[in-house]
Amino acid sequence: MGIFRTRGGVGRSSPDEFVAGNGLLHRRALLGRGIALAGAAGIGSVGGVNGAAAEPVQDAEWSGHQGSNVMEYGTRSRFEKDTLRILSNPKGEARTQHARTPHHKLNGTITPNPLHFTILHNGIPDIDPAQHKLVIHGMVKQPLAFTLEKLLRYPMVSRTTFVECGGNSAPLFSNEPVQATLQHLHGLVSNAEWTGVLLSTLLDEVGVDPKAVWMLAEGADTAALTRSVPLKKAWDDAMIALYQNGEPLMPEQGYPMRLVLPGWEGNMQTKYVRRIKLVDQPAMTYYEARNYSPVLPDYTAYKFYFVNEVKSFITSPSFGMGLKEPGYYEISGIAYSGSGRIERVMVSADGGKTWADAAIQGPTMHKAFTRFHIPWRWDGSPAILTSRAVDDGGNIQPLRADFVKARGETLKPVTNTFGFPNQHYNSLTSWGIDAKGEIKHVYV
Amino acid sequence: MSTFKALSLVALMALGAAGAAFAADAKNGLGAPVGLGDKITETDIKAWDITILPDGTNLPPGSGTAAVGAKLFGEKGCNQCHGDGALGGRNGALITDQPLKGGGIEANKTVKNFWAYSTTLYDYIRRAMPWPAPRTLSNEEVYSLVAFILAGNKIIDEKTVMDARSLPQVKMPNRDNFIIKFPDKI
Repeated sequence: MGIFRTRGGVGRSSPDEFVAGNGLLHRRALLGRGIALAGAAGIGSVGGVNGAAAEPVQDAEWSGHQGSNVMEYGTRSRFEKDTLRILSNPKGEARTQHARTPHHKLNGTITPNPLHFTILHNGIPDIDPAQHKLVIHGMVKQPLAFTLEKLLRYPMVSRTTFVECGGNSAPLFSNEPVQATLQHLHGLVSNAEWTGVLLSTLLDEVGVDPKAVWMLAEGADTAALTRSVPLKKAWDDAMIALYQNGEPLMPEQGYPMRLVLPGWEGNMQTKYVRRIKLVDQPAMTYYEARNYSPVLPDYTAYKFYFVNEVKSFITSPSFGMGLKEPGYYEISGIAYSGSGRIERVMVSADGGKTWADAAIQGPTMHKAFTRFHIPWRWDGSPAILTSRAVDDGGNIQPLRADFVKARGETLKPVTNTFGFPNQHYNSLTSWGIDAKGEIKHVYV
Repeated sequence: MSTFKALSLVALMALGAAGAAFAADAKNGLGAPVGLGDKITETDIKAWDITILPDGTNLPPGSGTAAVGAKLFGEKGCNQCHGDGALGGRNGALITDQPLKGGGIEANKTVKNFWAYSTTLYDYIRRAMPWPAPRTLSNEEVYSLVAFILAGNKIIDEKTVMDARSLPQVKMPNRDNFIIKFPDKI
């Protein structure tokens, strides 16, 4: 995707309106875009500022003959084949496998299904949907088994929400900034429209004992991965998802059904869910008792970390892209909060000394990706780009100094970007740009 | 009762098979359960119902000892990933004195320095191990492997027999060092 220079609107012939240090322009230039771009651009802003003279146009080779056949299941351009996830364990050795979403090559807010991040602890099970069952039992009046065929007849809802691994952004716990792409740093979060049956609907069917406080959600994968989930969340907005962005779930996302807990830690959202047992206490399974229990600087640890808190990062420009020349660029990024809707994103081009409000691309949704943009005119001098999001509950993304004080940082620099020195990082991500336009990961 | 009414009643009962009694507060907006779930008994779910709770709920009958567990650790191939004597290999050591304190926030979390509940060991070994063939160990074998790991870490005595009564009573050293992050969510 890279960095696009946009048409008009902020051209040299209109006086730039700087709103914060190092060339940040008023987001007004972007508001209303797509509705009346030509009008918004204004007379007099035509013509590239830095553009060279273009070659005369002519028909290309591909315009002169019939194209290739249409496929039953579409495929992308051969020129986009390097837009891929990064794999942590491509040979499928006997350990966990991760695949990270290439956010720096995508735009908008929906993650395409084949590029949605995944973490699997024992590979992808090959489940025949006709034989899969979801059983709900334990502290209920009547245990029930639901086949996929029956579930498809239940009232359905669609919900756009992000899923984020508790270990996403873990390299940012490093005491020194890790030099790696956005995909390495923040690739374990993705956003999709999930469609399925609200868990509350199914809990009504079995009749829940009021003494039940937790539920155990177990998968049909090799390790029968199980997590304990507070029943409060089940009644609130939990879903048994059957579709992902309109098509049946991808096998690596839990085909034929998974638990979706909007805004909560990814590992709790059991894939291949086959059993939900209502109980009066959490099971303290391996993943909640060990992996997803972050150690704090005083060596106590959090028991459960349900919510993925408010966070944002700039996707473009970002590490490794490089700016070829001074001039106009659009800064763009993703913000989200497991507590609610993104209300505001601030961007700084001078490492947090001054901030400007970014334009929020609506409609914004609760516990879902929100795209932000802000126009920027780079004058060729060193700059540090960073973003900071606020949600509708007033939760603000913590500054790094405050975050490190509360949650700590590693003793030694992180060298393996696939490792998880700790869990649940939601502080800032900053990109340092030098006079040559090279972009590094820095802390501010 | 007219035939029509009688038929309607039968139809309603069939529809609400599972939950007519608690239809009043149904949240699906239909005023009654959808009623398409198939009734199943706890007995018929038993093969999947293997989760152990920290108070020992659902621990099966049987028992095991560290001596038997030490032997099984090699026989079942546990050592191929966790090293001979569970001292560490391709995957982490299960028996180690490596401390949590001093290791930073990235400190290695071990059974001894971190795990809060002994029942987690039973649940996870039975559920997920050995990696290539999970849920193939007998209840006794799992008790023995748990005993081996706990005794190796000097959390229990070499001779202590692990069973449904003794296992939940084992207090793990790090039990009291946890803070609930979001208590209002529970």
